[in-house]
Amino acid sequence: MATASLSPVPIIEARKLEKFYTQPDGTRIQVISPTDLAVYPGQIIALLGPSGCGKSTLLRMLTGLSPSSAGGVFWHGQPVTDERPNVAIVFQSFALFPWLTVLENVEAPLEARGMVPIERHKRALRIIDAVGLDGFESAYPKELSGGMKQRVGVARALVVEPEVLFMDEPFSALDVLTAETLRGEILELWQGRKIPTRAIFIVTHNIEEAVVLADRIIVLGKNPANIRADFAVSFSHPRERKAAAFVELVDEIYRVLTSTQAEREPGAVVAASNPPVPGKKVVMLPHTRPGGLAGLLEILVDQGGRIDLHKLADELNLEVDSLLPTVDTADLLGFLKVEEGDAVIVLEGAAFAQADIQQRKELFRKAALANIPLLRQMEQALRAKNNRTLPAEFFHDLLDEHFSEEESRRQLETAIQWGRYAEIFDYDAATGKLTLTEA
Amino acid sequence: MTFSLPASTVSPRENLPIPPAAVRPAGSRWSFAFLIDIAIFLSIFAAIYGVYVIGRSWMGPATPAAQISQSPRALPLYALYSLVRISIAYGLSLLFALAYGYIAASSRRAEMFLVPLLDILQSIPVLSFLPGVMLAMVALFPHSQIGVELGSVLLIFTGQVWNIAFSFYSSLKTEPRELREAATVYRFSRWQRFLQLDLPFSTIGIVWNSMMSVAGGWFFLMACEMFVLGDRDFRLPGLGSYLQTAASSGDMRALLWGVFTMIAVIVLLDQMVWRPIILWADKFKFEQVESARTTTFSIISLLGRASIVIRAYRLLIRPLAEWLTLTFAIGARAAKSLVPPRRHSTNKWLVWTFGAAVLFALGYGVFHAVRELAALRRADYWRLLMAAGLTFLRVNAALVFGALWTIPVGVAIGSNAKLARVAQPLVQIASSLPATALFPVILLLLLHLPFGIEIAAMALMLLGTQWYILFNVIAGAMAIPADLKEVASIYRFSQLERWKRLILPAIFPYLVTGLVTASGGAWNASIVAEYFHFEGKTLSTDGLGSTISRASDSGRLDVLLAATLIMAAIVVLTNRLLWRRLYRLAISRFNLQT
Repeated sequence: MATASLSPVPIIEARKLEKFYTQPDGTRIQVISPTDLAVYPGQIIALLGPSGCGKSTLLRMLTGLSPSSAGGVFWHGQPVTDERPNVAIVFQSFALFPWLTVLENVEAPLEARGMVPIERHKRALRIIDAVGLDGFESAYPKELSGGMKQRVGVARALVVEPEVLFMDEPFSALDVLTAETLRGEILELWQGRKIPTRAIFIVTHNIEEAVVLADRIIVLGKNPANIRADFAVSFSHPRERKAAAFVELVDEIYRVLTSTQAEREPGAVVAASNPPVPGKKVVMLPHTRPGGLAGLLEILVDQGGRIDLHKLADELNLEVDSLLPTVDTADLLGFLKVEEGDAVIVLEGAAFAQADIQQRKELFRKAALANIPLLRQMEQALRAKNNRTLPAEFFHDLLDEHFSEEESRRQLETAIQWGRYAEIFDYDAATGKLTLTEA
Repeated sequence: MTFSLPASTVSPRENLPIPPAAVRPAGSRWSFAFLIDIAIFLSIFAAIYGVYVIGRSWMGPATPAAQISQSPRALPLYALYSLVRISIAYGLSLLFALAYGYIAASSRRAEMFLVPLLDILQSIPVLSFLPGVMLAMVALFPHSQIGVELGSVLLIFTGQVWNIAFSFYSSLKTEPRELREAATVYRFSRWQRFLQLDLPFSTIGIVWNSMMSVAGGWFFLMACEMFVLGDRDFRLPGLGSYLQTAASSGDMRALLWGVFTMIAVIVLLDQMVWRPIILWADKFKFEQVESARTTTFSIISLLGRASIVIRAYRLLIRPLAEWLTLTFAIGARAAKSLVPPRRHSTNKWLVWTFGAAVLFALGYGVFHAVRELAALRRADYWRLLMAAGLTFLRVNAALVFGALWTIPVGVAIGSNAKLARVAQPLVQIASSLPATALFPVILLLLLHLPFGIEIAAMALMLLGTQWYILFNVIAGAMAIPADLKEVASIYRFSQLERWKRLILPAIFPYLVTGLVTASGGAWNASIVAEYFHFEGKTLSTDGLGSTISRASDSGRLDVLLAATLIMAAIVVLTNRLLWRRLYRLAISRFNLQT
């Protein structure tokens, strides 16, 4: 029953939807590459992707909250900018007004629509009852647990009877059990047709959550965001997480998510003597600290040099979001390769795993200078100076050409972190200066 | 307890007859509620009489230089006059601050010049506004006392408004993104957004800044109620002018009576108004988890139980708020259509006309100001700069003295819970005393010492500003994590090491915050600290503050203008060059919350 008949007319249609920022010098930073997307009635759609890939931005553009840079969003054929559609969003942080009671929070959207007190009161109470909050009408949000708060968030969203219910990582601020309960309840409301909502659009980074809930899963890649895969899920509810088909689909999605790393930057492993070519695509550093690297590689060696990433995440109780950046880092440094959703160790990686602290730093330094153009560039620039010292801001200006202001700051922070670990340079936070470490 | 003050929100409890606080008292409490009703009736009568007295005095013929009685019997009425002036000025400040902050935060174009302007306005001492404000008001109402009164109120206003405006503006700018998005997605009208998001989110900041502002109002009350402008003498009956008159005639008895009255009024206000409001404002804390909270008896919760208030709330405030919300709601306008309100392009020419008018007025003002300034000779500027240097030294000496005593005392209070329990309330009362009221007493003690006036001037600057430092140091010392203190004990830090490695770095961000506020306050205080009338003489010491006071007294608009510009420039520059850098350092290096 989950696969409701596909109506040929989509509720929302994104056509060549793009988001980019134009720098003062005219270059543009692409956040979301031209994307076509349609939301049909009768479906739960999950938008899945690594953190920082632009999922939330996409959701905000679909709702009309955030303007698109190019292309457009159409609701029933009308541009979203002309006709602000009847939408509701359930937010990750709940976004409740702490000075309003539960009832007042739920009533606020109705008030905004100019509904008279008696009517909005009745509706709000009905929906509060439906999400299991009766008895808490006069409580303030801070008196409630996280799960109860998100119920208020859901009630506030449902009370406007939205045509499409948007949810932005609605369960990621909750503990595992509470999240599971809430997911079940949302499904129940949806499948029991207790709400007039015609589609649900949920953004998440949790693969299993997507497979448990959705009829359709769209996987997003990053830099810039682009649709990598579009899965139709036709298992019946309730879905059994241990079922073979379920596990297989999760694996498949893992493969798609991780394959983005393998394809990226084939020319990254060039010899260190090759100076970086200006204008070449810049490698984006995953925001990790080098500390977790050794742990990952040691596990990999223990497992015989090959491990299924999905199983590893499961074993370590990590979500994709926390595991993938470290895998990314190791991949980038040439310590492992990702094949078909498996991590496979390479010679350098094995050496790193078995080295002691000082040797590890040496290996890391070699790998970093060989594989990461930015660090190589920084090393060369510092070496070229008489006093071997440069302000960090100097490199920020270089990064500025390729990333947004915020991202280039984070890139520089990560690069400094890695460079210090590798003993390529020292950094003085008070003066903001980098000094080459002389061997 | 969480009590919702009627006006703050539109209550949802349509089927409940009364607000929650009122639900509580059962049968036995009825007699109590009845007593409160009676008390409220009596207060209303008193208030009506007060309005009558004030109205009679304001609407009376203009008597710019009233005879100030020195009898203690005049004090209650004078206190009322001053209180009304300060209250009206505060009310105006609040309205203006809300409008200013709202515009600055919602229009990027306005923000560009409104925010730096605020910085500058904040650094201008009240007396610099005096001639303009006073002459304008007297010209507007030449035959009625209301002109002089409004002038005085506006003077107090100029000392109160800026920090509230800035607080509201910065609150608006720090609203969490998802809350703003929720308001947009659920199509709040501007009014509903203001009522349910903007105002509640900024309430705590507004309350604390209001307290500071009103304290500033008391500080400058003497300057705002009695002054000379060229050959014109202005005296308004009030507590400030009473104190001023007593000081200049050297009437010790009257002076002490006046000081006593002022202290009584301030302590009463603190207990009856500010404390309950702070408790109430706790409701607007933006927190996810409820913090431990003490229930305290407060006048506001009492009012919430009084049936008059409940009735007024049900019959007036709630329907009004409801009506406003529904009127502004898009649904009411567009019925069932989903069309959102469009931005009106017709507003555009209005904005442009307004902008052009403002620009024209600005240009006109600048032109005349430059002409005034050009008339000053080089020697005058030289003298002004010397004076600025002296005041600079004085302000910073006062800050150093302030820091020297507040740091050890503040750290002692902040790191010893037992001491804190005793000292906190004492410090709070001490800090609410108006320094200017105590000043004549201090003068009397210091005047005959060598450098007496010099010491007195710094003492007054200190009295007005040291509390900002002390409160911040206490807060900083309380925030030192226990495990860091344990580290210091385990590794047997010497007393010196403890201060160098732990205490001073830990309180540094707080200290900087306190010093920034104190520095601005000390510059503003220089106008009363360097120049005063006492025992029939005018005592003054060279400095920018006394230059401004003297220029205002003698009607030298050119000197006043030049001195004000110099003071504003110095304050803004030290903020930019020194304090902001220290602040950044404090945040990047000495922040305990990593």
